[in-house]
Amino acid sequence: MPSLGADMESGTLVDWRVKPGDAVKRGDVVALVETEKGVIEVEIFESGVIDSLIVQPGEKVPVGAPLALVRSDGAAVETQPAPKPAPELTTEKEAPAAETKPAAEMPRPRISPLARKRAQELGVDLASVAGTGEGGSVTSADVERAAAPRTPPKPPVARKEEPYVAMRRVIAAAMARSKREIPHYYLAATIDMRRSLDWLATENGRRPVTQRLLHSVLLIRAVALAAREVPEMNGFWTDGAFRPAERVHVGVAISLRQGGLVNPAIHDVDKKGLDELMENMLDLVNRARAGHLRSSEISDGTITVTNLGEQGVEGVFGVIYPPQVALIGFGKITDRPVAIDGMLGIRPILDATVSGDHRVTDGHRGGRFLLAINRLLQEPQKL
Amino acid sequence: MSDSSAAQTKEVVLRVLNGIAPEVDINSIDPSRDLRDQMDIDSVDFLNFVIGLHKDFGIEIPDADIPKLATLNSCIDYLRFRIKAP
Repeated sequence: MPSLGADMESGTLVDWRVKPGDAVKRGDVVALVETEKGVIEVEIFESGVIDSLIVQPGEKVPVGAPLALVRSDGAAVETQPAPKPAPELTTEKEAPAAETKPAAEMPRPRISPLARKRAQELGVDLASVAGTGEGGSVTSADVERAAAPRTPPKPPVARKEEPYVAMRRVIAAAMARSKREIPHYYLAATIDMRRSLDWLATENGRRPVTQRLLHSVLLIRAVALAAREVPEMNGFWTDGAFRPAERVHVGVAISLRQGGLVNPAIHDVDKKGLDELMENMLDLVNRARAGHLRSSEISDGTITVTNLGEQGVEGVFGVIYPPQVALIGFGKITDRPVAIDGMLGIRPILDATVSGDHRVTDGHRGGRFLLAINRLLQEPQKL
Repeated sequence: MSDSSAAQTKEVVLRVLNGIAPEVDINSIDPSRDLRDQMDIDSVDFLNFVIGLHKDFGIEIPDADIPKLATLNSCIDYLRFRIKAP
């Protein structure tokens, strides 16, 4: 069970997309897992052949528990590494090997004569009776218990939380952890968006509707390139130290129609052109709202962008998504009076903010980061 | 153009909107109010809406015409004009 968020503890397998004997390659979707964030498509991290499915649909298992076995190069390996082993929730299918010992090695249970007699009278197979007497011996009472008609235990009352409530709980945990552990600092800068918007209008004017760009894709791309310039903003704080990310996967905060928020990532944003990025973003938002996100998208973000401009918000001072170390907020682009070459002019202005982790960076580096975003947006044709 | 064609156009527009924001009661849409505001749809949703109209009506919708799709009424007027136009 992969970890699909900083505060995810377990997930419920909804369905398998593969069966034993199927060949799989790294990145294939092999299962659907329900978490508080919704149903996520789980991708496999190993190539090979599915050997066996350990967890069955409906089972809830902790993060780190193996879901299936994959044969790779002739050997069976677990599909998922186990970053957080939780033996207390181990399923029966991972039962101790002791039960598979050859019969000759198994100690013979002691059975009292009375118990043997009662077993004959009641037609009870003594091999199936668990002994509670001294040294594990089987007593007549054990036999009578075994013979009693079994009434299945009542299943616990299913108390399934409303998805929205469950998601708010996860968001609450992540944000509370962030505010508790991360010493945030906040910076804000205004960005003149005229060049970007003019370029965008010209571009979109000659594109068919299916290939148009939204200005948010310019912002995401600028953030990724700026993260390359100031790599301390891109990575994770784990185990008491900053670990820079080698790649730039930009998490995009997406509000869901039923309420709540997800933060899936677009991979390798710094290496993609605007067209590919736009395609990725549309696909991501549509799948997020349809509940079809993939595990790698949920867990891979290295830095997050949140854009609340369309809600009329001018400035966003966001909460960092742990273990990331920076969040960039964009507000609404509004026409404002600004001084240009000693004259008053009206320009479309965007408020950009950065929430930074003070354990990793200070205001100086955060300021350099915002400056880089500003500079990149002044040359949209190069994005 | 007849009322029936206007009704058909409206039906298609509402169907596309319903596909984008299924939780919204499309019968409650105020035809003279901004669609984005009353349906709480963002730029990605709206682009999906425009792409949906493009596919359903088989017309290209220039970027400069997007403001004409702001309300249900203006949207229907625009589409009827475009469908009628050669």
